[in-house]
Amino acid sequence: MVLQEKAGRAAAAPAGVVILRGAVQVVGELLITAGIILLLFVAWQLWWTNVESDARQSEVIKEFAQDLGGAAPAGPAAPDASAVPTGEDFGEPVVSAAPGHAGTIGIMYIPRFGANYTRPIVEGTTSDVLDTLGLGHYGTTAMPGAVGNFAVAGHRQTHGAVLDNIHTLVPGDKIYVQTKDGYYVYVFRNNHIVMPSRTDVLEPVPTLPGTVPTERYLTMTSCNPRFGAEERIIAYSLLDSWRPASAGPPAEIADQVAAAIGKG
Amino acid sequence: MYGWIFRNLPGPLWLRIVTSLVLIAAALVLMVQFLFPWMSEYTQFTDSTIGSASQP
Repeated sequence: MVLQEKAGRAAAAPAGVVILRGAVQVVGELLITAGIILLLFVAWQLWWTNVESDARQSEVIKEFAQDLGGAAPAGPAAPDASAVPTGEDFGEPVVSAAPGHAGTIGIMYIPRFGANYTRPIVEGTTSDVLDTLGLGHYGTTAMPGAVGNFAVAGHRQTHGAVLDNIHTLVPGDKIYVQTKDGYYVYVFRNNHIVMPSRTDVLEPVPTLPGTVPTERYLTMTSCNPRFGAEERIIAYSLLDSWRPASAGPPAEIADQVAAAIGKG
Repeated sequence: MYGWIFRNLPGPLWLRIVTSLVLIAAALVLMVQFLFPWMSEYTQFTDSTIGSASQP
């Protein structure tokens, strides 16, 4: 009797161990799966979103170039541009009305970020614009060339990392904005690191609410630090000069404009 | 769990290997298309805008 009971228990015990072992194994595999999914998420965010956004932004520039059509023939315009003295005065800059949400305003060229740095500027700062289309224009702020503050946001990391190198700008660096009307040349002045709640950097005179603007500002906002979003890094620039589209691109970026528009 | 799934897939060994690769690829596509964009809304280390007035 005693032996039989012992034998029965001995047979039951392995069955319980087998179930327990199976459960531990399933839990372990699920935990490993969760870990792999998190690693894949990091790879997706830091790498794959850039691949996707770069491709989409090239398309946006292509579409913008097609919309320009024959209005700004980049090929023949480039030699003309070098013939025109760069200091020539074209009068008051033309200021267009803002396009609808997600409409393309123009292209930004920042030679400090690399000779091939061309990014679309698109209306709106919602994630559908910033995550795929490029730099987003704050709808409440001025348009390029206007007296006041032309403010744009861009990702520091992920989704194209359009303003990854914003901290490398040196006072005096030129920032070129091309719209259908022409070329607006801004000169970088300073960086400013603020908390995300500082909406006053978007005022017509940055950080001075209620002041009547006399200058034409360009304000760029991005995440700070890199790979973080605890703060915002702001880059202020002032309009230096303006050229109508008919005068051709500034000589300094003639090659980049030809390359960007030539893609169309 | 994965061992059990692999053993219970139909067909010969080569077909089961092909089926598992297809299943893994399908899981990746689902993650990139739906899971990761959803997760990124809860990780705020990519927000580059100022204030909340212009945010959705």
